[in-house]
Amino acid sequence: MKIYLKIWRQDSLATAGEMVVYQLDEVSSDMSFLEMLDLLNESLIQKSERVIEFDHDCREGICGQCGVMINGRAHGPLAHTTTCQLHMRSFKDGDTIHIEPFRAAAFPVVRDLKINRHSLDKIIQSGGFISASSGEAPEANGLLISHPVAEAAFDAGSCIGCGACVATCKNSSADLFTSAKITQFALLPQGNIERTERVLAMVDQMDAEGFGHCTNTEACEVECPQEISVLHIARMNYEYSKALLLKRN
Amino acid sequence: MLDSKIPDGPLADKWDNYKEHVKLVNPGNRKKLDVIVVGTGLAGASCAASLAELGYNVKSFCFQDSPRRAHSVAAQGGVNAAKNYKNDGDSVFRMFSDTIKGGDFRSREANVYRLAECSANLIDQAVAQGVPFAREYGGYLNNRSFGGVQVSRTFYARGQTGQQLLLGAYQALMRQVGSGKVKAYTRHEMLELVVIDGKAKGIITRDLVTGEIERHAANAVVLGTGGYGKVYYLSTLAMGCNSSAIWRAHKKGAYMSGVSWIQFHPTCLPQSGEHQSKLTLMSESLRNDGRIWVPLKPHDDRKAIDIPEAERDYYLERRYPTFGNLAPRDIASRAAKERIDAGCGVGVMKNAVFLDFSKAIKEQGQEKIKEKYSNLFKIYDKINAVNAYEEPMLISPAAHFTMGGLWVDYELMTTIPGLFALGEANFADHGANRLGANSLLQASVDGYFIAPYSIPNYLAGELKAEKITTDHPAFAEAEKTVREQLRNFLTINGRLSADHFHKKLGQLLYNGCGLARSKESLTKTIAEITALRTQFYQDLKITGDEKVNSELEKAGRVADYFDLGLLMCDDALSREESCGAHFREEYQTPDGEALRNDKDYCYVSAWEWKGELEPHELHKEPLVFENVSLTVRSYK
Repeated sequence: MKIYLKIWRQDSLATAGEMVVYQLDEVSSDMSFLEMLDLLNESLIQKSERVIEFDHDCREGICGQCGVMINGRAHGPLAHTTTCQLHMRSFKDGDTIHIEPFRAAAFPVVRDLKINRHSLDKIIQSGGFISASSGEAPEANGLLISHPVAEAAFDAGSCIGCGACVATCKNSSADLFTSAKITQFALLPQGNIERTERVLAMVDQMDAEGFGHCTNTEACEVECPQEISVLHIARMNYEYSKALLLKRN
Repeated sequence: MLDSKIPDGPLADKWDNYKEHVKLVNPGNRKKLDVIVVGTGLAGASCAASLAELGYNVKSFCFQDSPRRAHSVAAQGGVNAAKNYKNDGDSVFRMFSDTIKGGDFRSREANVYRLAECSANLIDQAVAQGVPFAREYGGYLNNRSFGGVQVSRTFYARGQTGQQLLLGAYQALMRQVGSGKVKAYTRHEMLELVVIDGKAKGIITRDLVTGEIERHAANAVVLGTGGYGKVYYLSTLAMGCNSSAIWRAHKKGAYMSGVSWIQFHPTCLPQSGEHQSKLTLMSESLRNDGRIWVPLKPHDDRKAIDIPEAERDYYLERRYPTFGNLAPRDIASRAAKERIDAGCGVGVMKNAVFLDFSKAIKEQGQEKIKEKYSNLFKIYDKINAVNAYEEPMLISPAAHFTMGGLWVDYELMTTIPGLFALGEANFADHGANRLGANSLLQASVDGYFIAPYSIPNYLAGELKAEKITTDHPAFAEAEKTVREQLRNFLTINGRLSADHFHKKLGQLLYNGCGLARSKESLTKTIAEITALRTQFYQDLKITGDEKVNSELEKAGRVADYFDLGLLMCDDALSREESCGAHFREEYQTPDGEALRNDKDYCYVSAWEWKGELEPHELHKEPLVFENVSLTVRSYK
């Protein structure tokens, strides 16, 4: 099928970007969306042009490195699907597709569709861990965790860190990302000891990185490839208020 | 002479003996020692975090945009540990002997025993980090059974065990980055190893954003850079997985072992067209209820549903009545290839076999099957737009895991003092075939529990050594090599992209040095790769500049794949036997099974680089088996 593309090209953060028009005449509906971009890049090389830079790695929906805005939606038209798992059969012959990077102040553009999500690593560095150095762990079955708690912790912990939640939020909030990690550790007994410091540090870091606040539009949950629930945000707010009170006392 | 440095004493005491006599570094002196860790998968991240916890200065490098993206993230099934929680007869020795046998007796007893011995502690470590493993209703950890063993020793976190374990290691690493003990360099690619007076002393990297070539000095260098199955282009690996770090270390003197031992996973989605970039893995667990078959007659174009029962060939059940559809990976993959080559393959490209759930659905009901595999059926539908409850899946073998890698001794040190290789980057524990759920284990055990003993043992000797800085001429020379190669790629100005060459190379290797090889196919493939390699250096086209340039990144990786591909063929050619994933067509039993030759080939091959297009020199490390007897694997 024939596909028209309007793709964001930007040399670096220091230069202005623009939408550039391309056309592909022989797109197979079995292709993945990223394979369609591979095809476009192959044609650009033939024309001696610089290729379109985009992030991707595992191409099976788990590494979290891919992610672009497709026709204004993070990861494209399908709900809960990463960009790499989207296929061209979701589009029709003759369609025009707009492709832009995930946009947020905390996600500066590196080049074209590639962005810097280092701010998410910084949030984890501030407290998104349980302090258990190698070698000091007690016997695993010494700590019993009920099936539903383990499953709920898994649901929260399955975040792939792609940043679609931030990109789709009108406030560029990282609340879904941060709250998922806070919930995972708040549910587990191992995470209990550092619970207060963790939530305070992570929320502060989120602000310091320039992410916005949550205004409960719930758009993030719609796009999240791992279907992470916005209820974690409520839990984070609860944990945060409780931590503040505890700290004051 | 290769010295594997196996400690003395009975098998079960070796690791304790080693730990008890290892050299230590005073806590006050540790901050004077620098370690570079390349790669942030389970092996790299766990090693970097563990060394920083001990007090060493660590620099951690990855080419991805965050350490959390490393390909350990994609492992699905689980991680093995000899906890014997199920009371079903598991033990360290049993896990050791299963792994040695699974590897077709081509790995070191002492290494494998240590892997089994440290496995239980890894589960403790991961649980302490908050890894949400599956639990039973009473709150105890749950297990499932996995390929080729008779006990339940696999711990799992749904179908995302790798992701959860990696996040545990990544978070431990981030904790050290936050406290200033680790400096993390993301979007950095190692392009050269710096060796001074025979010891590894640093690396040259390229910043993939600014294009800057940087020098980094250290007292030791650790490579946890994963496997090279992507050499085939089409594989289950991530697009960025590459061999460049280990290959460039190889060119500086580190030997490579078991180079051609690559596991093809039997249940992957088949290639559907020329555009394809990736073969997605579908969990092995599907073979518990799915029956594998092809049409009895070659070139049968009918739909699966129109082929009557009598005209179907359930070839695994036919050839291996005892194990049936659950035959081990190497056997199942080879049997599929045999039928596809015989013209019985199905699908658009006639390169697949059916994985059929109709019998299981009839017997157990669709709800039961849904409960077990719904996420996999969903993935299948997402990629193929096919409802596998109604028609059989199409599956095909794909390149998956490299048992081979850098030769390392018991301390995980390569033949270059001060250079260590961990996880899939080394050859150590899996022999000629890896058992399912042992790869996450090996990467973790190497990084959390072995490197924190063996690396300080080396570093203790470095305290008195002269401090090397990046002004040393060896750094300048290594940097020059890197700059020249990059400039060369940008100025060839030919006609064809790096991907074009990568795809062609992958095809040659798949046909000549893939699931099956022969003297004839290997000799032919060596000639073809050599010719393609010459064309690569004349006809490569890289557009763009020296800053962010994914084409430039690919060019360096493909260049290394050419040389690696040639060594894979040499390695396969030199081993005139069939073992594990290495199936030489000339060496098989009358009914088509692998024929091992313990008399002449019971050794680890270790290849020494001798220069561009020069033949490698083969060194041999004999394998001695004192605790298990060499038997023939049979799954009939």
